[in-house]
Amino acid sequence: MSRHTLSVLVQDQPGVLARVSSLFSRRGFNIESLAVGPTELPEVSRMTIVVNVEGLPLEQVTKQLNKLVNVLKIVELEAEASVQREILLVKVKADLESRSHILETVQLFRAKVVDVAQDAVTIEATGAHDKLVALLKMLEPFGIRELVQSGMVAMGRGSRSISDRSVRPSEKVAQQNQ
Amino acid sequence: MSTSQSASHEMGSEPAYMTGAQSLIASLEASDVDVVFGIPGGAILPAYDPMMDSTKVRHILVRHEQGAGHAAEGYASATGRVGVCMATSGPGATNLVTPIADAYMDSVPMVAITGQVPSASIGTDAFQEADIRGITMPITKHSFLITDPAQISQAIAEAFHLASTGRPGPVLVDIAKDALQAQTIFNWPESIDLPGYSPRTRPHSKQIREAAKLILSSRQPVLYVGGGVIRANASASLRVLAELTGIPVVTTLMARGAFPDSHTQHLGMPGMHGTVAAVGALQKADLLITLGARFDDRVTGKLSSFAPNAAIIHADIDPAEIGKNRAADIPIVGDVAEVIPELVAAINAEIELGNIGDYAGWWLQLNRLRETYPLGYDLPTDGSLSPQFVIERLGIISDPESIYAAGVGQHQMWAAQFIGYEYPGTWLNSGGAGTMGYSVPAAMGAKVGCPDKTVWAIDGDGCFQMTNQELATCTINDIPIKVALINNSSLGMVRQWQTLFYNERYSNTDLESHRFPDFVKLAEAYGAYGLQCDNHESVDATIEKALSINDAPVVIDFVVHRDAMVWPMVAAGTGNDEILYAQALAPDWGSDD
Repeated sequence: MSRHTLSVLVQDQPGVLARVSSLFSRRGFNIESLAVGPTELPEVSRMTIVVNVEGLPLEQVTKQLNKLVNVLKIVELEAEASVQREILLVKVKADLESRSHILETVQLFRAKVVDVAQDAVTIEATGAHDKLVALLKMLEPFGIRELVQSGMVAMGRGSRSISDRSVRPSEKVAQQNQ
Repeated sequence: MSTSQSASHEMGSEPAYMTGAQSLIASLEASDVDVVFGIPGGAILPAYDPMMDSTKVRHILVRHEQGAGHAAEGYASATGRVGVCMATSGPGATNLVTPIADAYMDSVPMVAITGQVPSASIGTDAFQEADIRGITMPITKHSFLITDPAQISQAIAEAFHLASTGRPGPVLVDIAKDALQAQTIFNWPESIDLPGYSPRTRPHSKQIREAAKLILSSRQPVLYVGGGVIRANASASLRVLAELTGIPVVTTLMARGAFPDSHTQHLGMPGMHGTVAAVGALQKADLLITLGARFDDRVTGKLSSFAPNAAIIHADIDPAEIGKNRAADIPIVGDVAEVIPELVAAINAEIELGNIGDYAGWWLQLNRLRETYPLGYDLPTDGSLSPQFVIERLGIISDPESIYAAGVGQHQMWAAQFIGYEYPGTWLNSGGAGTMGYSVPAAMGAKVGCPDKTVWAIDGDGCFQMTNQELATCTINDIPIKVALINNSSLGMVRQWQTLFYNERYSNTDLESHRFPDFVKLAEAYGAYGLQCDNHESVDATIEKALSINDAPVVIDFVVHRDAMVWPMVAAGTGNDEILYAQALAPDWGSDD
């Protein structure tokens, strides 16, 4: 398994996204997706990074990330123990004949139509990566006119919060020490 | 290592009204800075006005910002304190990029302060604007862009803390001109607020106990010592550990001086141009006790064939170094200054239990290698001057506490090989980055930090011509360094590779330095003494003459044989077992392993 999902808490400061992305590029780590946004703590942002670490241990990625002064905490989220979601918007060709077939597919995937034109519908779908891949595969025969997709966001299952002890420095170090 | 936190309390917290520039200078004073190397320019100009009035901070005006950066590095490496350099925005800042990269590779504690265009102009391609924070992001430990004068003191305090603690490194503080000009309240921070930064210095005691057991049960261990031991100021405890166990020691290029060269347990430097005994010891070891070293490719050769039978104990303050190139059997995250004494205690405890290491057979093998393949060189047959001889004599004649700052290339390797280093901080060089031009400005910085010591720049004619304008700085500011110019009229190391790997086709490595420039005249033009030496008989007298001069810098143009090569050598990309003792001469490893 070479695909990993990392949740990274960072100080919300200018340049922090550049630091993270430049680190990945400089060290030859492959980012598959990256999403950044605010958290429940005003000065902390959260990045969800899907990284492909073919041929090098994930440990090296997290250790290098941990060296960034603005990085507060890194947690790997296993697929089974977390909720992982992406959002996609897709504009599909739809004439009178194909529209009902498309709507059927939309319902099957519990997606929704968010815009309709004479010859196209725009669909919004949320889900795990595999579900969205499957939806796209079903929609492809109708003709995809435009596609946009977000990076993945993810959260661990259960009652604990990733930021429970995030600003306590010892946490970060403890993880580095295998 | 000094930290800014200790200084913070001296200042008290009485707020004072001043400009951002005054706040910057007050912050440098509060950080115990005694010298700044730099050049003013438009964006940093406000800072230079209060600098003039500071009685604590001496500013040394260099001739090129690269010189300022390397001088700060030389100062830091010789003294263990944080080196400081300053430049203006745009080209001033980009000229610092090379020394910043150099300091990052060699973990040198350095704070670089740059002026930035006014905050309203940032992003408009204003005159002398460069995104220096963005440019240096991959080569700094951390960086700041300050546009609010109230943040200057906090940023400076944090910069010094970051540069000097954990794994040391360069920190950039880029300050917009309007932040320097605006009025603010100076408030020296009582504490450092870096929730994402807390280097672990104290090793895990279980790892230490396991390491101690492994050390005593091994039969062929080696202490593989890196530059971290010098940065951590752990040489004395390293010696205790070595003598307690009787284990052989190798010191990498960055660690020369961490363990006395005169010590019988010292096998010398490992790596591409290491001794056969040091390289052989690593290859045949059953255990490497790695202290503040990082398994650099110049040490390991082809990684897959490096020390194939060795278990690895790897102690480093940077967790990312552990397991990066070579998997560690016992990883120890911690400051080697704390790791080594704890190892000593744990080993003593084992010894009390009757668990004593036995390395007699190991030493038999190593002594045979050491005796059969000592470092050496042949004198040129045409009677011309041997560069190795010059460097060897330099080390013998100069005081053992002298400091040597080398450039990069053949002369650097010979200086690492043929000078005996007895003390940490006496050998300065650009190890990781391999920056030609490091020597003269680094020597200048070292001399400023250690004015009572003899400081030699051992430089090549190629390197020297990259940064020798700092001789003017040295003369004018009474910084009497001595330059031993190993002048072989060529880019010697590149030429050596052309000899060995490119069929002696010498493409663009002939500098013709025997014709131009006239180095003696050049030295004199800068107000330095210029000496020349081209024969073995006058080497000692020339060195002694240079040592007797202390009222100005001295440059000795040693005109040496150009075909001398650095041996032993592990060719790039090959394994350490393929080391050649001399051209086409592989050592006989014996069959006793």
